[in-house]
Amino acid sequence: MDEIKKQTNFEINQVISQPYKYGFKTEIEREIFPVGINENIIRLISEKKKEPQFLLEYRLKAYKKWIQMKTPEWANLDINSINYQDITYYSVPKKKEKLNSLSEVDPEILKTFEKLGISLDEQKKLSNVAIDAVFDSVSIATTFKEKLGKSGVIFCSISEAVEEYPELVKKFLGSVVSAGDNFFASLNSAVFSDGSFCYVPKNVICPLELSTYFRINDKDAGQFERTLIIAEKNSTVNYLEGCTAPQYSQNQLHAAIVELIAFENAKIKYSTVQNWYSGDEKGIGGIYNFVTKRGLCIGQNSNISWTQVETGSSITWKYPSCILLGNGSSGEFYSVALTNYYQQADTGTKMIHLGKQTKSKIISKGISCGSSKNAYRGLVKIGSNAAYSRNFSQCDSFLLGSSSTASTYPYLDIWHSTAIVEHEATVSKISEEQLFYLLQRGINTEQAISLMISGFCKDVFTMLPMEFASEADKLLALKLEGTVG
Amino acid sequence: MNNILLSVDKLNAKIQNTEILKNFSLEIGENEIHVIMGPNGSGKSTFSKILAGHPSYEIISGQISFDNKDLFDLSPENRSHAGIFLAFQYPVEIAGVTNFDFLRIAYNEKQKYEKKEELDPLEFMEITQGFLKKLKMKPEFLNRNLNEGFSGGEKKRNEILQMLLLNPKLVILDEIDSGLDIDALKIICEGIVKNLSTKASLVVITHYPRILTYLKPTHIHIMMDGKIIKTGNQELIDILETKGYEAFNQ
Repeated sequence: MDEIKKQTNFEINQVISQPYKYGFKTEIEREIFPVGINENIIRLISEKKKEPQFLLEYRLKAYKKWIQMKTPEWANLDINSINYQDITYYSVPKKKEKLNSLSEVDPEILKTFEKLGISLDEQKKLSNVAIDAVFDSVSIATTFKEKLGKSGVIFCSISEAVEEYPELVKKFLGSVVSAGDNFFASLNSAVFSDGSFCYVPKNVICPLELSTYFRINDKDAGQFERTLIIAEKNSTVNYLEGCTAPQYSQNQLHAAIVELIAFENAKIKYSTVQNWYSGDEKGIGGIYNFVTKRGLCIGQNSNISWTQVETGSSITWKYPSCILLGNGSSGEFYSVALTNYYQQADTGTKMIHLGKQTKSKIISKGISCGSSKNAYRGLVKIGSNAAYSRNFSQCDSFLLGSSSTASTYPYLDIWHSTAIVEHEATVSKISEEQLFYLLQRGINTEQAISLMISGFCKDVFTMLPMEFASEADKLLALKLEGTVG
Repeated sequence: MNNILLSVDKLNAKIQNTEILKNFSLEIGENEIHVIMGPNGSGKSTFSKILAGHPSYEIISGQISFDNKDLFDLSPENRSHAGIFLAFQYPVEIAGVTNFDFLRIAYNEKQKYEKKEELDPLEFMEITQGFLKKLKMKPEFLNRNLNEGFSGGEKKRNEILQMLLLNPKLVILDEIDSGLDIDALKIICEGIVKNLSTKASLVVITHYPRILTYLKPTHIHIMMDGKIIKTGNQELIDILETKGYEAFNQ
C-alpha cells in the first residue's frame, strides 16, 4: 500500500514538475549603471530619463523613507536576506536616442518577444490587443498607439508619459500607493525605471484590450516598474500583464507598483498572468516578486476587478487591493496561485470599504505542490461610514503531494453594524478514487490532474478576458504537463 | 464456445494484508452475459477493480489475459483503451469539470489510441445527442459538473452514456441496479443491450435477480470467499431465492 501511495505521489510529482520554457536569455548590448543604491544612482536614473524636477524630488523623498525602513517579516515566507547594494538598478538595451518604428528595435529583443509568443509586429499580432513590451528597465515598444489615440485613450510607457503628459503623471503618481507606503513600494518609488501608463478619458470605452509584457533579462538587474491606469467618469478599460524571466541560479528582485484610479461609474479590469522564473527543483534561483498593487474606487459606483494567475516566482508577496471610497463602488479579486518545489506564495487582497453600500468579492484558489508554501492573506475592512456594505470571500486550497502546505489568513475589521461579511474556506486533495475514475475512462494521470486543477480554478479563469483565458489554462497545463504517458 | 475474450486463471490478490481473491478463475467469451452473485464481502467488487487496474490491490499470483493481451502489461488507461469498461457502483464527483469536457476528452483519448481523428466540440455534440436520446437524458445534463449533484439514477445513466461513447469490448456493471427505480433500470438495460457491439460481453455484479429480467444472462456464477464456487443458469437463481447463499455453503 505504501509502495502504491509512493508511486502515485511520484507520478503526480512528475506531472507537476515541468521545466521552465521561458528560461532562455538574450545576448544584447546593454547600458548598465554600477551596482548598488544611493542618492547618486537615483539622480543618475532621473537625469538619464530627463525627468522633471518633481519626479526627482519624489524619488529622493521615497529613498529617504526607504533607508529608514525594514523588510517586512509578517508574511508566511522565508526570504534570504537581500543585499540591496548588489543589485543593478538600471539596465537598458543600447539603442538610438528615439525609436521611430519597430525596425529600429534591436532584432534580438524582437526575437525574444516572438519566442515568448508576443509579436510586436502589428500585422501579425492579436488584432484587438495593444501591447507595451518592457525589457529589463525600459519599455521597448507600444503597439496600436495611433488606433487608441483616435478614441482619446493614452497608452504608452511611463517614461513617455512623464515627457508628454507630465501634469497627469504629477497629479496621479503616488496618489494610491504613496512613496512611504511600504518597504518595497518605497524602493520602487525611488528607483523605478519604466512601466506602462494608461489614461482613458470621460465616457470612453477603451476599444482594445491593453496589455504589458514584462521581461527581466539581465542577471543582476532588478526590475522596478510602475503601472498607472486612470479611468475617468463612465469609462471602461481592460488590462492584462504577463511576465517571464530567464533561468539564473541567483535570485532576482522584482518590486513593482500598480496604481489604478476609477472615477464615477468607471470600470477597470486588471488581469495578471505571472510566470516569472520560479527557481529549480531544489529551490535555487528564481524571482523575488514583491509587488504592491492597489486600486482606488474614488467615484460613485465605480468598479475595480483584479484577476491574477500566479504560477511563477520563487517568492510571491502581493496583495492587489481595492479602496472603495465612492458610495456604491465595488471591488473584486479573483486569484489562482500555483506553487511547486520550494516556491513560496503569500498572496491575497485587501478590501477597504469606506463608502456606503460598497461591495467586494474575493475568490482565491491556491494549489500547492512539492515542498511549496502557499498562503492566502486577506483583509476585509468595513469602515465606520460604510453603511450597508458587504463582502463575500471564498478561499479554496488544493494540495498535490504530501509535503506542501496551504494556509489561509483572513482578517476582518468591521466598524459598521449593517455590514454583511461572509467567508468560506475549503481544502481539498485529489483522491485516489477520482484519479482512478478518470484513468478508467482512458484519461492519463497527467491529463487527469490538469483537468481537475482546471476545474478547481474555473471560477477564476472565467473572469479572465477571453483572449487570455485559454492562455492561462495552457500555462497551468504547461506547469502541470508531465513526462508520464 | 465463442472466442475467448477474458481469461482469469488462479488469481490471488490482496489489499493491504487481507487476501480477497483466492484462486479465482473465470473465462468469458465474446457476446456473453455473465452474472456474478455473492454475499457481501465475497470479493465481487474487488474483482472488477482489479480488472480495471485499481492501484490499491496487489496481485499475489495468477494471470489474466484480455483480448489475447496480458492484462498486467497494461496501465489502467490502456486497459480502458483496449476495451475494458467499468460502470462504477459509486461514480465520483469532480468539481468544476463539466460532463461535456470530461466525455469529450475521454472519447478523444480513445480516438487517439486507435489512431483516429479527434472530434471538435461540435462534431462530438452531434454523436452525443443520439446517445442522450436513447438514454432519455436531457442535453442540459452535459453542462453540469461531472456527477456533481447528480441523483443516483442520473449517475448510473451517465455511466452508461460513457459506455456507449467508448464502445468497449467488456463491460463490468458493478451493482448498476442499486438505487435505481424500475423504469430507470429498464431504460439503462435496454440502452446497454441494444447498443453494445455484437461481440461485446457483459459482467453483471448484482445482489438482485430483478436485473436479470432485462439482461438475459448466458452464465450465472455464485461467488463466495474470493472464488467462484458454482456456475450454471437460471436454476441457480431459483435456489438462491428460496434457500439463500447457505444452499451453496458446503
